[in-house]
Amino acid sequence: MILHPGIIGLLVGSVITLLMVFHAAVTGAIVLYRWDFSSSSQYQLSLERKTYLVSTLVNYGLAFQVASAVLFVYTVDDIHQLFVGAMCATGSLNANPIGWYALLSKIAVLFLSGFWLALNYVDSRLEESPYVKLKYGLLIGLFPFLVLDLILQFFYFLGLDPAIITSCCGSLFGGDSNSVASSVASVPVVPAMIVFYLLGAGLIFLSVAVLYFVSDLLRYLYAVLSASFFVVSIVAIISFVSIYIYELPTHHCPFDMLQRGYHFVGYPLYFTLFLAVYFGMLPGLFCPLKRNVGMNTILSKIERPWIYWCLGNTVLCMSLVTYTICFSNLTLFSD
Amino acid sequence: MIKHLKIIEYALSSLLRRKTKIIAIFIAYTLTVATLASVLFLTHALKTEATHILQGVPDLIVQRILGGRHDLIPVDYAEKIKDIFGVSEVKPRYWGYYYDALTEANYTVMGAGDAALELKLLDGKLPATEFECAVGKGVAALRGADYSNELILVNSRNIGVLFDVSGIFQSDSSLLTNDLVLLTNEAVIDFFGFEPGRATDLAVTVQNSNELQTVAVKIKKLFPDARPITKRELTRTYDMVFNWRSGMMLTVFCAAIMALCIMAWDKATGISAEEKLEIGILKAIGWDTDDVLILKFWEGVIVSMTSFLTGLLLSYVHVFYFDAFVLSTILKGWSVLFPAFQLTPSVNVLHIFTMFFLTVVPYIASTVIPTWKTAVTDPESVMRG
Repeated sequence: MILHPGIIGLLVGSVITLLMVFHAAVTGAIVLYRWDFSSSSQYQLSLERKTYLVSTLVNYGLAFQVASAVLFVYTVDDIHQLFVGAMCATGSLNANPIGWYALLSKIAVLFLSGFWLALNYVDSRLEESPYVKLKYGLLIGLFPFLVLDLILQFFYFLGLDPAIITSCCGSLFGGDSNSVASSVASVPVVPAMIVFYLLGAGLIFLSVAVLYFVSDLLRYLYAVLSASFFVVSIVAIISFVSIYIYELPTHHCPFDMLQRGYHFVGYPLYFTLFLAVYFGMLPGLFCPLKRNVGMNTILSKIERPWIYWCLGNTVLCMSLVTYTICFSNLTLFSD
Repeated sequence: MIKHLKIIEYALSSLLRRKTKIIAIFIAYTLTVATLASVLFLTHALKTEATHILQGVPDLIVQRILGGRHDLIPVDYAEKIKDIFGVSEVKPRYWGYYYDALTEANYTVMGAGDAALELKLLDGKLPATEFECAVGKGVAALRGADYSNELILVNSRNIGVLFDVSGIFQSDSSLLTNDLVLLTNEAVIDFFGFEPGRATDLAVTVQNSNELQTVAVKIKKLFPDARPITKRELTRTYDMVFNWRSGMMLTVFCAAIMALCIMAWDKATGISAEEKLEIGILKAIGWDTDDVLILKFWEGVIVSMTSFLTGLLLSYVHVFYFDAFVLSTILKGWSVLFPAFQLTPSVNVLHIFTMFFLTVVPYIASTVIPTWKTAVTDPESVMRG
């Protein structure tokens, strides 16, 4: 275990978040079990009041969770100096492979928390809160993920030993080994570029279409496309965006770009990508809830800003990628 | 948006009405943040200084180990090391520590090699003869050498040796030179009574830094009693030490955060009748429970951010303008003759983020439940008293 300030901050923050969500989940379970909106008993009134507590606790808790994902990446990047052979976050994560699972669980929890917060936001805008049961059921389902996340994070940091000789991004994302990372890195540039831009353009096109048409099918397609855009973008970042940023045709690391030497360009790139994907998936995910009339009206109002966010961030993300390609000193294709 | 701005305005006026209560929290909060941030700022600044200093360290230092302890290294090792492919230069270094009973301080006595030429002298020159020395500002001040131009040190045979002070080092290099007494190599050998043909360690220069590790392995193979230390290892060790120290301090100060949380909880729970009435009236005139929660959220943000920023500012001033006088003895080291140096102001975003997680998150968490209890207050029962 390394007593790095970032690690202490992360663990303290995560434990507090977990306690808050735990309290909310227990209260949520009681509400779930005893909820009866038609009743006007004192008990139902107290349950209704408790929903405010649950919302507040989870809002704070999950917001902290989002911030902790950023702190995690920042910390992992910072501690690479302590390991022989590490040059960026890849080295720190390789120093104890649980780190990769911790990172994946952070990303999963990030999206799941986001979806729950959106559901809570939409539901609380309706007078009769029709989705209280669904909401609290999902919250109880979300809790184990948070526990898993904390456990992975804890064991990752616990197992870090500065005496370990780790391998750097150059070897993991090099084309020679047989790992998933290296096969992603060896995806040829031109097809990766074509798929990335096609999918990005598709997402922009669909955003506009969803704004004008109320079809559910379009929304489902929009959600699927957003999710695929996430995967394709990550592949694109490893396959070609990275080499343009580092101006080195052999360097495919997705973490080095978070460092000062590359003007922290990775942060806006990942932020815009995550936001675009998150907001792009929301309209599709909420489609099944449209059967409720009140929900339908509320959703048609709220959906627009979501689509704008998705559209804006997709454009920003793609512009950033295009900028790095155009203004890089690396020339992959000559006339 | 406008709604939130209006609520913030109301929150500010409401906080101002409860000044005394808020001030207590504000002071405790600010002090906690200031203490924690001082630890982080100071360690970061020291780490940066150490990294700068380590830039000037040789790529590879070779020591000799005898019975698990550091021993003097035969100078003829240098010849064989020089033959290793990739090594461009090997220089024996002569240095040691000298405890001065008079001032109860440790000096570093060093032979003037080429490295010393890079250090800036305030005035004078580097020692040329066996009876000359150049000293750091700290030594000069302690021994009054800047007036007398003489320095008497007792050598290993318990005989006092008189040195003429030929130069004093400039203060901007004081972190390096404060406790330094620079002699000629011959003078150091004689002063400490080194066996002939032995040096303290060897400084090895390797042209290609990628080959450092390989050269180190080869040296170890050639001389099993040698201990090669690379610059990277030194840097990492410093990093580890500073991380460990700041981590320890943070863990200790977690008690302070707990105390702050208990206080925040207590203050938030014990709301006055007046406050209850206020919430009651707000709800009676049409505020929703959600609105009251938003109001309480903004109140929390205002108190947190004011205390957090004030705390950061205080710690910045404390560390970079007052040399962290409260914490320096714990975090710097144990040397008596530690230089009074000015730390280079530098703030790391990671630290601000960490501070946020260590203070704002626990504070907010401890106020959520009392806040909710206030917000769901029934207007009717409150106003009836």
